[in-house]
Amino acid sequence: MKTDKLIDALVADRAPRGKPLRWALAAALLAGGLVSFAFFLATLGVRADIEPALGTWRFDLKVGLVLLALGLAFSLCIALSRPVAPAHPGRRLLPLAALAVLAVAIELSVLPSVSWSSRLVGSNAMVCLVAIPTLAIVPLAAVLAILRSGAPASPALAGGAAGLLAAAAAAALYAFHCFDDSPLFVVTWYALAALPVIALGAVVGHRLLRW
Amino acid sequence: MSNPTDLSALMRRARQGDDEAYRRLLGHVSLWLRAIVRRGLIAAGRGPADSEDVVQEALLAMHLKRDTWDETQPIEPWLRAIARYKLVDHLRRRGFHDHLDIEDYAEEIAVAVDTDAAVDSGALLAGLPERQRRIVEEISLEGRRAAEVAAKLGMTEGAVRVTLHRALKALAVAYRRDRS
Repeated sequence: MKTDKLIDALVADRAPRGKPLRWALAAALLAGGLVSFAFFLATLGVRADIEPALGTWRFDLKVGLVLLALGLAFSLCIALSRPVAPAHPGRRLLPLAALAVLAVAIELSVLPSVSWSSRLVGSNAMVCLVAIPTLAIVPLAAVLAILRSGAPASPALAGGAAGLLAAAAAAALYAFHCFDDSPLFVVTWYALAALPVIALGAVVGHRLLRW
Repeated sequence: MSNPTDLSALMRRARQGDDEAYRRLLGHVSLWLRAIVRRGLIAAGRGPADSEDVVQEALLAMHLKRDTWDETQPIEPWLRAIARYKLVDHLRRRGFHDHLDIEDYAEEIAVAVDTDAAVDSGALLAGLPERQRRIVEEISLEGRRAAEVAAKLGMTEGAVRVTLHRALKALAVAYRRDRS
């Protein structure tokens, strides 16, 4: 086919515009999140002392960190799914890093140093490392499927951002199960649990998000 | 791309259903693409032999991914980014891994282009399912309108358009697979 003939075919194709990527991505995240939520209720469940926990600053800060991660990862996914790559995508996560540092600093200043290590290790570290990646699988698949309609400058980076988004969604569920509310625990173990999800997203994205 | 044509405006009009604006945009972009793809291939030590394949692949990507252009931004960086991605992707599939920066020469637009160089890629069309191939041929090679094709093939116009869109997506996949 000669190029001018191809152009004729392209002009004739008046496919309607798709819905904006952010809406499709939000819908996919919600759908994947609901599947994980059902799985979460069937396996881990919400912690027994949820009502008193809701009023403590450590729990609120934990949820705040997770929700901030969720929001920033969402906008990072959108930014990285375009052909024109943003100049410094990592900088979009700076607010999360700042809040994490602040949370850890507050915890260290209010806790006697003898209890630092027990708060860091907590009682649920292994559960956390298994639960967050497990709860992230379905949201990750849903998010990657939607990002295929994008055109990322770097499919691997976009896949990594999808992994972070899925991990943040999983962490938002897991946060309501885990008794360990100390920022020392949350910043350490939630981040470690997110790493394999980010890596998986990058590897799968590198292949799946090519266009 | 320093040229007097406002490509962003053309794309905005195309989005509102102005086919003539879209045709002008794609025609303009294909000239520019042909020039930078050739120079890119030569810079990478390749002959310009399959430049038209890369041009067509980039045009298809610009069409199928046109929703990823943000209307509030100028369209030129978006066009350059797609051209770069497709050129680098093409070279990578052929084992070229060095850094290649099209920014060096993507600013200029082609002036003299021999249109005769448009290579036929009928082989790719032949790989499409029968109905898709037929519709692409009727519309592009025979120059028929979707409504005429619909009447001829006993389909609704909507079905013709849906099939055409699927065919273009399949063609984009075929381009990638063909050279990988």
